[in-house]
Amino acid sequence: MDRDAYINRRMIRALTLILCALTACNAPPQTHVDLPKKDQQSGYKFLTAETQALQDDDFANPGFLWVDKGETLFNAGEKACVTCHTDKLKGASTTFPKVTAQGGLINLEGQINLCRVNQQLEAPLPYESDDLLSLTAYIAHQSRGMPNKVKTDGPAANYIQQGRDYFFTRRGQMNLACSTCHDKNWGKKLRGDTISQGHSNAFPAYRLEWQSLGSLHRRLHDCDTGVRAEPQALGSDTYTAVELYLAARASDQITVEVPGVRR
Amino acid sequence: MSGIRISVPATAKSGEIIEIKTLIQHKMESGFRRGSRGEVLERDIINLFTCTYNGDIVFKADLFPSIAANPFITFFMKATQSGTLNFSWSDQDGKIWTETRTLTVE
Repeated sequence: MDRDAYINRRMIRALTLILCALTACNAPPQTHVDLPKKDQQSGYKFLTAETQALQDDDFANPGFLWVDKGETLFNAGEKACVTCHTDKLKGASTTFPKVTAQGGLINLEGQINLCRVNQQLEAPLPYESDDLLSLTAYIAHQSRGMPNKVKTDGPAANYIQQGRDYFFTRRGQMNLACSTCHDKNWGKKLRGDTISQGHSNAFPAYRLEWQSLGSLHRRLHDCDTGVRAEPQALGSDTYTAVELYLAARASDQITVEVPGVRR
Repeated sequence: MSGIRISVPATAKSGEIIEIKTLIQHKMESGFRRGSRGEVLERDIINLFTCTYNGDIVFKADLFPSIAANPFITFFMKATQSGTLNFSWSDQDGKIWTETRTLTVE
């Protein structure tokens, strides 16, 4: 009898272990929670007073060098942008990135190049070129103070999911996801800097580190390099999807600040 | 390449102290940095800024390698008579950028 009781106990223990293991397997996958709208703040809030002052002064803000150039380009040539876009595209930048009729995802830079190729019959501008940055900055500047309004339903939903996956996936030698810093630890210090929430509203932005204007993709590229991950190409579909996720995450909450100044 | 922004009040009262602001797009490469392939980035800086008011120098500055890109220079001057303000930046190789603004003194 003793021996049977012992075996029974062993069996019960084994069953319990298997049951525990099964329960663990069936537990819902770790869910990622988007940053709540009520907590969202522009990266401006995390800057030093001096950098904020630089952004606030429309003369001293060096980003306006590119906005000025963008205005010249917008109005230049026989088939100037302004001949069609007489409203100077006020508010247009808040709807990007968006899904095209062909089903691809494009950001404002991509739309500018589409217009150049299809309407102006010009060669597309290279990503991160001074001219493309200037035009993007000028057009986005027209929407300054307006909240983001990207489409999130229909085909855009898939792209948002892609961008969201990238945002929450750990990568690189540091094994960090974008969300590790910008969702879970914003407001804390990383060396001398205060961690922002990773909003895209200031871009193209003048970064003091770059000493020039740069696109959001350049910023993402730098973040990936910072966590020692393999960065994606500027203008890549992946970064454009992340751009869409960031815009959707902050829609109706964070307003455009182009040309922003960032550290 | 260089974009230039200048802020001068259109009109001023005689004897009034006015603020002049200037911003020029320039990389101000210090010569101390290296590129992504380890190559030395040659020094390339603006080293002189001058502002003349009806031909007289009212402000002049020597610039050095530690000055950040896109130098922003602002100063005050006394408006005495209507005339032109001539702004000039020159780099280490003698390249010069100039701009003029008119000031009306009432």
